[in-house]
Amino acid sequence: MTGARPQSDSEARVARILAEHEGVEGGCLMVLQAIQRAFGYVPQEALAPVARALGLSQADVHGVLTFYHDLRRAPAGRRLVRVCQAEACQAMGARSLTDALSGRLGVALGGTSEDGVSLEPVYCLGNCALSPAVTVDGVMQGRATEDRVMAALEDAT
Amino acid sequence: MIFYVSADSASVSVGADRLAEALAAEAAARGIEARIVRTGSRGLYFLEPMLEVETAEGRIGFRPDGDIRAAVASLFDEAFSPGSAGCLGLVEDLPYLRRQERLTFARCGIVDPLSIDDYRIHGGFAGLERALAMAPQAIVDEVAESGLRGRGGAGFPAAVKWGAVQGATGDVKYVCCNADEGDSGTFADRMLMEGDPFLLLEGMAIAGRAVGASRGFIYVRSEYPAAIRMLRAAIDRARGAGWLGPDIGGSGFGFDVEVREGAGAYICGEETAMLESLEGRRGMIRPKPPLPAVEGLFGRPTVINNVLTLAAVPTILARGGAFYRDFGMGRSRGTQPFQLAGNIRRGGLVEKAFGVSLRELVEDFGGGTASGRLLRAVQAGGPLGGYIPEAMLDLPADYEALAEAGFMLGHGGIVVFDDSVDMLRQARFAMEFCAHESCGKCTPCRIGSVRGVEVLDRIAAGVQPQRNLALLDDLCTLMTDASLCAMGGLTPAPVRSALRHFPEDFRRPAAAAE
Repeated sequence: MTGARPQSDSEARVARILAEHEGVEGGCLMVLQAIQRAFGYVPQEALAPVARALGLSQADVHGVLTFYHDLRRAPAGRRLVRVCQAEACQAMGARSLTDALSGRLGVALGGTSEDGVSLEPVYCLGNCALSPAVTVDGVMQGRATEDRVMAALEDAT
Repeated sequence: MIFYVSADSASVSVGADRLAEALAAEAAARGIEARIVRTGSRGLYFLEPMLEVETAEGRIGFRPDGDIRAAVASLFDEAFSPGSAGCLGLVEDLPYLRRQERLTFARCGIVDPLSIDDYRIHGGFAGLERALAMAPQAIVDEVAESGLRGRGGAGFPAAVKWGAVQGATGDVKYVCCNADEGDSGTFADRMLMEGDPFLLLEGMAIAGRAVGASRGFIYVRSEYPAAIRMLRAAIDRARGAGWLGPDIGGSGFGFDVEVREGAGAYICGEETAMLESLEGRRGMIRPKPPLPAVEGLFGRPTVINNVLTLAAVPTILARGGAFYRDFGMGRSRGTQPFQLAGNIRRGGLVEKAFGVSLRELVEDFGGGTASGRLLRAVQAGGPLGGYIPEAMLDLPADYEALAEAGFMLGHGGIVVFDDSVDMLRQARFAMEFCAHESCGKCTPCRIGSVRGVEVLDRIAAGVQPQRNLALLDDLCTLMTDASLCAMGGLTPAPVRSALRHFPEDFRRPAAAAE
């Protein structure tokens, strides 16, 4: 070995997560979820150490990473609004709510606005008796309206 | 004074936390000693946020209107008297609750979900205690007698699955609970996990005892963070009290449970995709056979049941299979927690014996549409279930009766649409959702759904309608017959039901183009 490169902070965090999951059977998805909790997304550089630690190929890890809608390969905006697009919410105006929020935030569904608000679809939050349902930074609103969502965004910037 | 306020995530989404805080603050300001118990939900979502006050007669409900703090202050002014604004009377006497047959949800909304004492006082662990004293085969027989069928949607007899796992050879077996409740219009699993988590753990332990498994997994979708927190806390407490762990109740039987979180993939509600995901891989479905009962999680014999199936088991063991079987009709025995959702005035959870008509659920319980417009369709069974026209609402909610009419009960979710719904658009959504969520393993589902969206777009644009409708029919046949699992295989169900029962919505674009 020609002198190990000092470990960066993010490498150390990934290593710590891997150590916490040592011996967990079938732990690849759990490790990627833990990395996303720590970083807000799964950095490309994490794939090699994860694959090595779990005895998988990088392609395997890439496959898991790209399969699940939750897992991100790039950070989301600083605020995250998820609007349910499924049938119960459709029946209560989710489509027009989505359009209205899209207009107010200046971003299409699936994108991130210039001031860092991501507007994303989600398919069912289990709040179907109080549709439409929206989450703002993980906090759920039932009987959601454009104004309540915007107010939540203004509340805790 | 003792108050009860739901901490269920749906209740919280419309202000239950603010209500609990206002109660605490107002009581403190007035120097009144108040205990606020955070329960699960009663399933009376249309009344949320609501509070209940303990009285000698029972719990009286109130629904504060307008500004919560002001409404709570005036309730204190009026000493929570029955004449106060927003008083609902005795909660148990509300027709919505009184007319239900609550077995699985008997405790939900009443107890502190994490109190083992509450759980015991309300009959908890009686089923497991009895099971511990029974031979494994006798447990399977009891479940067989109850007629319990899988509540996840497929309706497969639970005892047959259990018997297969019991008979499978292997030192290590697993019990997996499918809590990937992805169907729109369903929330019963979530409500139960948040409101009565010990019931699910008890059901899993009984299943473990019956089949010879010592380890269980609950696969919970990531959209349910509160349920995940609640289950993990309940597991800790159950271990602490000796209801999970290496030696339950001194019986020598050991069982423990781990929660694993999904990552946003509808397909992981399909049992083999769920196993793949539990094993940390892409949630691609596995061809069957081998059945999971023989070769399931990590290649071991595995029982896979939905939350509501496992949660029905403690009642069956505590009160006997015959007691449970006496509810229901035909081959659909017991009760089903129905979930009234979408454009409905009184949305919530209604647990009734099978056989109740859809109309009774949607109109008598649900009160019709929230918008006040005409009800045009209900979708039962989630995104893979058909759209049922208003004229057919007298169908009984029962596995066989709905199947005979070309529909399915699925997980018991009923989504109501008023007459503003465009059924061509709903058909397109079915295909779009399948394209979004297909695991990609088989071509009919992966490609067929994309083609389905394209064909429906052409129909919507009025392009060669006859030709494209024929093509759509052909595509639906192919997806139904050739897909590997229910995702591709049942996506045509909502499409075809829309075509059959609402053909005018598919003719309109062509007529407009002429």
